[in-house]
Amino acid sequence: MLILKNINTFYGDIHVLKNVSLHIGQGEIVALIGANGAGKSTLLNTISGIVAPRSGRISCGGSDITGMSADRIVREGISQVPEGRQIFGPLSVLDNLRLGAYCRRGSGAAQRIDDDIALMYEMFPRLHERREQLAGTLSGGEQQMVAIARALMSAPRLLLLDEPSMGLAPMVVSEIFRAIARLRDQHATTVFLVEQNAKMALKYADRGYVIETGKIMFEGSSQYLLENHEVQRAYLGRQKKPIWE
Amino acid sequence: MAILEKNFECCQRDELGQLQLERLQSSLNRAYKSVSFYRHIFDQKKIVPEDIRNPSDFRHLPFTARHDLQANYPYGMFAVPLREVVRIHTTTETSDTPTVIGYTRNDLKNWANLIARFLTAAGVTDEDVIQVSFHYGLFTGAFGLHHGAERIGASVIPASSQQTDKQIRIMQDYRSTVLATTPSYALILAERLEALGIDPKTLMLKKGLLGAELWSDKTRRDIEQRLFIETFDSYGVSELMGPGIAGECSEHAGMHIAEDHFLPEIIDPLSCEVLPPGATGELVLTTLTREAFPLIRYRTGDVTSLDYSPCACGRTMVRMQRVTGRTDDVLIVKGINILPQYIETILLEIEGGVPHYQIVARRDHNRDSLEVRVQVPENVSFDEIKYQELFRERVRTTLSHRLGMRVEVKLLERKTLEDELKKSGKVLDLRLL
Repeated sequence: MLILKNINTFYGDIHVLKNVSLHIGQGEIVALIGANGAGKSTLLNTISGIVAPRSGRISCGGSDITGMSADRIVREGISQVPEGRQIFGPLSVLDNLRLGAYCRRGSGAAQRIDDDIALMYEMFPRLHERREQLAGTLSGGEQQMVAIARALMSAPRLLLLDEPSMGLAPMVVSEIFRAIARLRDQHATTVFLVEQNAKMALKYADRGYVIETGKIMFEGSSQYLLENHEVQRAYLGRQKKPIWE
Repeated sequence: MAILEKNFECCQRDELGQLQLERLQSSLNRAYKSVSFYRHIFDQKKIVPEDIRNPSDFRHLPFTARHDLQANYPYGMFAVPLREVVRIHTTTETSDTPTVIGYTRNDLKNWANLIARFLTAAGVTDEDVIQVSFHYGLFTGAFGLHHGAERIGASVIPASSQQTDKQIRIMQDYRSTVLATTPSYALILAERLEALGIDPKTLMLKKGLLGAELWSDKTRRDIEQRLFIETFDSYGVSELMGPGIAGECSEHAGMHIAEDHFLPEIIDPLSCEVLPPGATGELVLTTLTREAFPLIRYRTGDVTSLDYSPCACGRTMVRMQRVTGRTDDVLIVKGINILPQYIETILLEIEGGVPHYQIVARRDHNRDSLEVRVQVPENVSFDEIKYQELFRERVRTTLSHRLGMRVEVKLLERKTLEDELKKSGKVLDLRLL
């Protein structure tokens, strides 16, 4: 589905992503875990066209999308839920969802958009209850739901999620993750998610990558990564006692 | 025949290429970060792991050789701290510094999985009773097979290196259906069965999983006929993991290398140039998933060729031909790697040091034996039979003790030995003739 080969991204002179290669298969949930500043969000922004890579190739479903503008990439079927939600606060929930479908035009599109909004309400009943409410007045968890639903409104082939658990209560986090798993199971949506909450991410993801200072250090099934000592120590908070090497 | 991990074993070659690239890059990143030997090499060559973007960049990386591992004895090549290592093995080579190999929990899991792939390819199932007649110890053979067999749910008998008669008794009474051992031991078993007058057809034995030695098609036919079994060849290198790196499928047309865990190359052993697919040369392997003991471009010393054409079994993983020889002068006798230099060191240590020697490996009645021909020392006069005999006995016991196997010693006159050396060299492997 999505294939990255040797991606190098810079912010000015700073080499952020160092030769990153990864792939996401159709219908998979793939997690990217790493510490603050490891390059997780940069990687997502590179895929969604917000930042252009200096070298390397990104292809989605067989077509090369390297260097395309962000709006073109949305039309290619890649939709990003940005870090910190970034929803339109002064607009109603419904309007936020409609905005997510901005690129869908043509005959019958209006009907399909309405069908999809109904689907979103089915998936997140709470949004249905609050459909007329201004999005800015919702709780953090509800705002995250709006952000995910808005991204899904472009009917993406691939959903990019940036830190969906950020700033949310553990209960709400599980709810969000269950919704993501449901997306895969019922709608075969492909999900690439970036998380600091490695434990939660690997619980729901099929596979994962571990990124450290811009380099991929591990690749494998979630089970495999959960067994890895390095991952356990650095990202799962085990073995917290200081060890003298 | 069943395929255990179809998503890997039968994946498209371009998908495999992507997976190999990803795993190679992360493996290089880890090796660079955690193994000072590799960091040093990279720094010396003024490259960083992120310079490696495709197979041709990869070819700029230097090889890792056996002496590199020995120089870092015991734990210098480990990429993780010891507390993350859950198993330690060593190579079979008989020298004073073996290579110490570590495994993390994930490494062991992958290992068992790869053996399970091979067993499944050979048609072994949870209905089978596997008799593992490899020596359980520091060597990798027995434990590799053991955990892989448990992984698929077969009943495992760790028969280890029991006496032959006991092995046969186990085979009869416990109704073993699969025998895992070396080709030479399979022949010893066949011979003993014949001597005891036991018809192999009365046994439940169906399959033989053989490996850890060089063997020929002739030996294979011999084993299959005499034990009345189908045999499956496998390939392993202790330094990289042990058995399970490659294994034969039911097509018997080469061994499928687990390319999602090991990246194979064939090089010219002299020029070190990478050879095109199909060419015969030395096999070089790079680990892609090993956590505790990553190796980059390890020279196995084994001569083979790779066949990338699709296999009738449906697997897309490349097939390597049976190993036809060694590029160095390592002699493999009874599954133990013997370095001639090591024998030389021992001989020099023995009082009345001997400058000339010849090592002869032979196979009589399917039994491998090792003979060391030594020159009669100058200080022992040739007519004093008693002293000569004492000297011979001392050399014999010392060598046998240090090599951990029975060694025959023959004393030759200086002139005779020199002629022999001129004729056939320091190492004479009569088994290959």
